Amino acid sequence: MSNIIEVKNLKKQFGDFVAVDDISFEVKTGEIFAFLGPNGAGKSTTIKMLTTLLHPTSGNIELNGSNPVNNPNAVRHSFGIVFQDPSLDDELTAWENLEFHGVLYNVEKKLRRKRIEELMNFVELWDRKDNLVKEFSGGMKRRLEIARGLLHHPKVLFLDEPTLGLDPQTRNHMWAYLQELNKSEGITVFFTTHYMEEAEKIAQRIAIIDHGKIIATGTSEELKAQTQTASLEEAFLKLTGNVIREEEASATDKLRAHRQWRGGGKR
Amino acid sequence: MKTIYIMWLRELKRYWRSKSRMVGSLGQPILFLLALGYGLGSTFQKAGEGNYMNFLAPGIIGMSIIFTSIFSGIQVIWDRQFGFLKETMVAPVSRFNIMIGRTLGGATIAAIQGMVVFILALIFTSFRPYNWFLVLPAVLVMLLVGTMFTALGTAIASQLEDMQGFQLIINFLVMPLFFLSGALFPLSGLPSVLIIITKFDPLSYGIDAFRILLSHSGVYSLTLDISVLAIITLVFLSVGSYLFSRVQI
Repeated sequence: MSNIIEVKNLKKQFGDFVAVDDISFEVKTGEIFAFLGPNGAGKSTTIKMLTTLLHPTSGNIELNGSNPVNNPNAVRHSFGIVFQDPSLDDELTAWENLEFHGVLYNVEKKLRRKRIEELMNFVELWDRKDNLVKEFSGGMKRRLEIARGLLHHPKVLFLDEPTLGLDPQTRNHMWAYLQELNKSEGITVFFTTHYMEEAEKIAQRIAIIDHGKIIATGTSEELKAQTQTASLEEAFLKLTGNVIREEEASATDKLRAHRQWRGGGKR
Repeated sequence: MKTIYIMWLRELKRYWRSKSRMVGSLGQPILFLLALGYGLGSTFQKAGEGNYMNFLAPGIIGMSIIFTSIFSGIQVIWDRQFGFLKETMVAPVSRFNIMIGRTLGGATIAAIQGMVVFILALIFTSFRPYNWFLVLPAVLVMLLVGTMFTALGTAIASQLEDMQGFQLIINFLVMPLFFLSGALFPLSGLPSVLIIITKFDPLSYGIDAFRILLSHSGVYSLTLDISVLAIITLVFLSVGSYLFSRVQI
């Protein structure tokens, strides 16, 4: 089984601050891979570099054989992403959101319409296709975003904290879809989460990142053995320490607060 | 090209779907038109400047265009974190096309708002266009002015990370641009320092073009107005698309 993602000596520096400090890892094709780490560890920065949103300071990334810096469009066709904050257009219908995505990814019309119907049925939202997304619950939005991320049949699906704020039923459903897709279509799934039980249950391999460095990689069994702990959560805490991280509200946090205050969108 | 079309279409759909916002944004222009038009009308006439309603209406059309366009452009701040924009940034499309589509969409909406103000002015006031055949060129100028300011709004929004700067922009940039554009009062009577500032106000050339086309009055020539507007629009589009292409989430 070859590697669909290869990261070598990746570094990202913002001024004096090194967010990602010389990390290397691989993700095998068709694997379910979890990227774990405390807040401020460098997870989001790494994902942004993998998904062409940021340029690395140094190091090499290969996603499906292409380099995000030199060949961003080839890389973009290869992945789909479900962001932490919903990136749907609230004032358009569910169907329209998928249609727009299909046009942006150059999926030919007949194929596009067919896939939209298939995927919306898969996430059980076809009967709500003409409803405006602003009427959807958080769970429905997530499901729609998964359908959207898969529309162009990418090799890799990135999910950033996908089950944050979702009820257990929806979470369960979501992982069921993803595991099914992984098995039947061989889609590689790369996700980040703080819910350790999920990572333990779902992920085949895990990388733990802290302070911009990868401190451990392996299956959940291997990590537990390595730290001599009984659960992934304990292994994680042992590797990253128990201290609460000092953080500052980022611009994103401020926008999120503003959004809640305005009452915009359901979560 | 498909990208540009779909971004344009999206702006229009969003506009059309929020009827309350549409109606709400017309409130201020209508208020200005009626309150100032009828309020200052006789004074203006007595000062020898002629019919104030014919003078004012093109100015108020310009007002709705600048506010609508800047607002469309500024939406980028919000969109960038919570909206469709992030999705477009990971899609295999050029940022330039995204920006152009969005800008043209915003400009179209601004022009539609301008047209609605025009129609409302016809219904509720004594304003009449000098020559009905010139209304169509006026609409094209509306699109041009709309493009100019949507591009400016996008350029500014690309540099801001949250909504705090928005208030500053409205109060310290858009309001002065509006008040010093000759929309509400003739610029000729101003102290010379202010006159120089108004020459740098892009909106004043737009308002002047509207006045020439709709009310057969105006200070500069149509050629000058259009040329200045076109050049400034190109500049704003270039700056806007450059800054937009460098937006990082």
